[in-house]
Formats: sequence, structure tokens, C-alpha cells
Amino acid sequence: MTLTEWLRDPNPASRRQARLGQAWLGWLRLRRNPLAMAGLIIIGLLLLMAAFAPWLAPHDPITQNLQNRLQPPLSPGHLLGTDDFGRDILSRILYGARITLAVIVLVAVTAPLLGLFIGTVAGYLGGWVDTVLMRLTDIFLAFPRLILALALVAVLGPGIENAVLAIALTAWPPYARVARAETMTVRNSDYIAAVRLQGAGAVRIIRGHVMPMCLPSVIIRVTLDMAGVILIAAGLGFLGLGAQPPLSEWGLMISAGRKYLFDQWWVATMPGLAIFIVSLGFNLLGDGLRDVLDPRSAGK
Amino acid sequence: MTGFPISSSLWASRLRGLAATLFTLAITLVGLLFVTFIISRVVPIDPVLAIVGARATDAQIETARVALGLEQPLWQQFLIYVGNALQGDLGTSIRTGEPVITAVGRAFPATMELATLATVIGVIAGVPAGVLAATRPGSLADHIVRLVGLMGYSIPVFWLGLIGLLLFYGVLGWVGGPGRLDTAYDMMFQFEVTPVTGMILVDTLLAGRFDMFANALSHIVLPAGLLGYVSMAYISRMTRSFMMNELGQEYITTARVKGMPEWRVIWVHAMRNVLVPLITVIALSYANLLEGAVLTETIFAWPGLGSYITDALMVNDMPAVLGGTIVVGVAFVTLNLVSDLLYRLVDPRAR
Repeated sequence: MTLTEWLRDPNPASRRQARLGQAWLGWLRLRRNPLAMAGLIIIGLLLLMAAFAPWLAPHDPITQNLQNRLQPPLSPGHLLGTDDFGRDILSRILYGARITLAVIVLVAVTAPLLGLFIGTVAGYLGGWVDTVLMRLTDIFLAFPRLILALALVAVLGPGIENAVLAIALTAWPPYARVARAETMTVRNSDYIAAVRLQGAGAVRIIRGHVMPMCLPSVIIRVTLDMAGVILIAAGLGFLGLGAQPPLSEWGLMISAGRKYLFDQWWVATMPGLAIFIVSLGFNLLGDGLRDVLDPRSAGK
Repeated sequence: MTGFPISSSLWASRLRGLAATLFTLAITLVGLLFVTFIISRVVPIDPVLAIVGARATDAQIETARVALGLEQPLWQQFLIYVGNALQGDLGTSIRTGEPVITAVGRAFPATMELATLATVIGVIAGVPAGVLAATRPGSLADHIVRLVGLMGYSIPVFWLGLIGLLLFYGVLGWVGGPGRLDTAYDMMFQFEVTPVTGMILVDTLLAGRFDMFANALSHIVLPAGLLGYVSMAYISRMTRSFMMNELGQEYITTARVKGMPEWRVIWVHAMRNVLVPLITVIALSYANLLEGAVLTETIFAWPGLGSYITDALMVNDMPAVLGGTIVVGVAFVTLNLVSDLLYRLVDPRAR
């Protein structure tokens, strides 16, 4: 039996086989969507860029070379030109991919977990706990995200860690909503009642039996959210509240190029293109994933 | 609203719904103030020192502390804070010594002008694009609308602003540069036009100064167009999905079977039902534009709320930052309320 046949077996012998078979079918549907595949390729490239930045980058991203400042694109040795300190823009973008990736990973780990925790607890316990937690969620949702992040960073002080913290603190409410809705649907099901009759407490039920049910919808949301996270991080960097010089964060690079916009256009343009392409990648993939994983929109 | 007599119990339930909405609104506003209050208390800048200076005597410091109400317990301070905010007192800017509410009142119309024009552009471009995509699913037009929409979601708006300035102002010279008017007109505007609404396009028209209006238009068209593109991305996607949903309904088939022309089926029959959820979407995108305007305004030197907040941020003027934050938050909440009320008005099922 080949691997494909094993995956397609209509009578799976084990739970793992059934699950992998479903994933395989999803992958086939995703592969039919050229835009989603383009997004996947872009994200793959981002990962490669971040992983192999020291080997791919032709120059050091931080060492200044003032004799070489503001060289245009395609000049010898500098494919995308150099910035106002004579640093190679391509190298800086390659190293900047690491910062972007770090921000994404940190936010993608913290915000959904916080939201998942609040949402499942509110949904499972109900009553006044639910009211209080959901009211809190509504208040955070009522704030425009970027402005709240701005105010938070202003208090905490500029820096990449505080920017991540501020973004995570403004990103959790939608996850809490999603998780609560999923929890409400499984809360009264028989298998939860069975676990409860066996003597399991609220903590055990939420952690072991409710949270796993919420994961798929939370994961789709994460993919769709990442583009927004990249844009907010870049916006904070642009305002000087995120990563600090000489780090090669993309938003910060744009703000450095702003002074030279009309004469040396490439300094601001190139890092902006990088932001645009990466967040487009996440949007394309998230869009495709939703079509695949959400059965309601699959038929359309 | 309807020609039929409405029973008193229906009115009662409607009123109850409205009361619940208003109660939620009040709680949200207090929560908003609570968040900004907490932020203003943990900020590592001593508000007393900021007012009296480093060389003040102990007595002066004590007087300032009492004047600011800092000797009272935190919960009382919070009550005073809420009371002040309700009376329109959002504190005094450290940078200019001006009440925050005055400065915000001056900046708000500029932001509103930008956001309103952008929303209008977004609706005019986004609704037809969404309808086009929905009526030909899977076609080239559908893919293009989808891609253009996703691009709008993915572009950093401040970068788009810079590129727009470079291209349309720097290279092509089609539009005015940063600011709301040319410098020469700016002086004239201050002396010759009485501000009525604070929105330059409206005020110049009211004053009959068409040359000034044209100049203002050449300055606003680029930032409003770029923000309009961002809101178009959202509106076109939502229109497409709402319209697809309606076109699958049986009443559409009935209308087609009756031999009704297709444009009438789409723009009259289906559109009426698409409009209901679309109102919420438009209000939401308007609210999001208030936020997107923060970064755009810094690029275009647009003297609105966003510029006010970011300028204050650069010099750690926290009362100004938080005052601006509160105003944006209140505008956000109000827009949500308005969309909620409109929804009830348009959709008979929600009444």
C-alpha cells in the first residue's frame, strides 16, 4: 500500500490515520488555490531568509561605511542600494526578517494563549465570571488597537520587547471571543458530562477537554491576524517606539529613509516592499486556509 | 415607522433593548477611562514635578499635590478623573499648557474631514467592485477584486503615503504636498475665512472662496484616496460575501423567473438586503480610518488627532496622549452605537 492509498483509505484503522487523511485532503484543496500557495511560498522564503541571513547577506547589516552612502540600487555589490550610513539595504532587510519573525512568533504564542484562557474560562464557568471577563474583552475591543498600543509603549518606554508586549495586550480579545463561542457549544455535550462524572475538576476539563476543541478556529484566526501584527509592529517602529537603531527593523528603516524620500527613493521603498510582500503572504495563506478549514465557505 | 399599530409590549421590548445598549455603552466608556487612568498612574513621570519644576520647595510640591488630588485614595482619584472627563476636562497639556480638550477640538474636524472623504471613496469604489465579484464568482474580475482587496489589507499605510507623495507630488506634481493648504493660502485662510465647521473643504465653500477650495482639494485628495483604498479593500470583500449570500436565496430566483432585468434583481432586490449588514461594515471601516489616520497624518503633516497624539508622544506629554486616546475611543464607541441603531432601523427583524 502506498502512502497516498493509506491516507485515502475510507476505513481508517486508527485515529491518527483518520486525522492525517483529513489533513491530506485539506492540503489537496489548498494546493488547488494558487493564491494560497503563493502565500505559503512567501512565508517559506521569509523563514529561509531569517534562518540563513548571515550566509545570504552580502554585507554586515550594522557596520557603517560613510564613503558608500546612498548608493542607488544595482550599484556594484549593493543590489538594493545603500542607506544614509552606507549600509547595504539588502543585508539589512535579510537581518530584519529575523526581527519580524521574532515579533510574529512572540505575539502568536502569547496573545492567542491569553485569549484562549480567558475565553474558555468565561465560557465554561458562565455566570458572573463570564459577565466580567466578556465585559473586559468588550472594553479592549472598543479601543482602536494601534492607539492603545501607542499609549502602552509610551508608558512602558520604547523598545522591541515593550512593542511586542503592547501588541500582545491589544491582540487577545478576538481570540477570547472565538474561544468562548466554541466553549459554549461543547460545554453541555455528553463527553464533558462523562468526564465530570468521573470526578474531573474545572481546571482539568478546561485544559484537557475544552481547549483542544477551540484550537482549530483559533489557529485560523492567528494566520489571518499575523498580517495585522506585522503592520502594527512596523507602524510602532516607524514612529520610533518599536525596535531602536541600529537594529534593522523594517518600519524603522522606512522612517530613516523618509528624509531622503524625494532624492534617494530606494531607502524608504525597499523595506516597505518587504513588509508589504510578507503581510500579503500571510493574508493569502490565511484566506486560503479559511476556505479549506471552514466547511461553510468551502462550497463557494 | 410602520403603518401598523404596534402593541405596547413591543414598544417595551424595544425600549428595553435600547436601555441595554446604552448601559453597555456606559460601562464601556467607564472601562475606557479606567484603562487610561491606570496608564496615567503607572507612567514613570511625576505629574507634580512636571508642573512645579525640579527646584520647587516642599510646600510648593505639597500644594500642587493637593491641587491635583494626589493625596486622596486611588478610587477617589478615579472618581474625580471620571467626573472631570464627563465635564469635558481631559487635563492640561504639559507641552503647551493648553487644556487638552481645546486642542483636540481643533484637531478633530481635520481628522473627521479626512476619514469622511476616505469612507465616501471606499464606498463608491468598494460596493460596485464587490457586486461585480459576487455576480461573476471565479471569473478574472473576481480574482482581481480579491487580490486588490488583500493588497489593501497588507500595505503599511504610512509607506503607501510616502510612495504616494513621491509619485504624485514629487515626480508627477499632480497633487498638493503635505499640509491642508499651500503656505500662501494657509495665511489667507487664517485671516479671510471664518471657521464654521473646522473642515476646510466646507468652510471655504461657505465663504465662497473657490480658489481656496480647489487648493484644499488638491491637498486632501491623496491622503483621502490612500485611506479610501484601505477602506475599499474591506468594503468590497464584505459586499462580495453578503451579495453571494443573497443571490443564493429563493426570492432572487423568483424575481429572475418573472423575467425581471438582471440589474434590477441585483441593485434593487438583493441590494436592499445587502445594505443591512453593510451599514455595520461601513461604520466599522469609518472607525478603523480614525485609527489609520494616525500614521497617515504624520506623513502628510495633517493637523488632526493623529498628529496631535504622536507629537505629544515624542515629548512625553502624557495628558495630551491619553486625552487624544480617550477622544478616539469615544468616537469609536459612538460609531458602533450609531451602526447598531441604524441596523435596527433598516432591518425589520432586529426591531
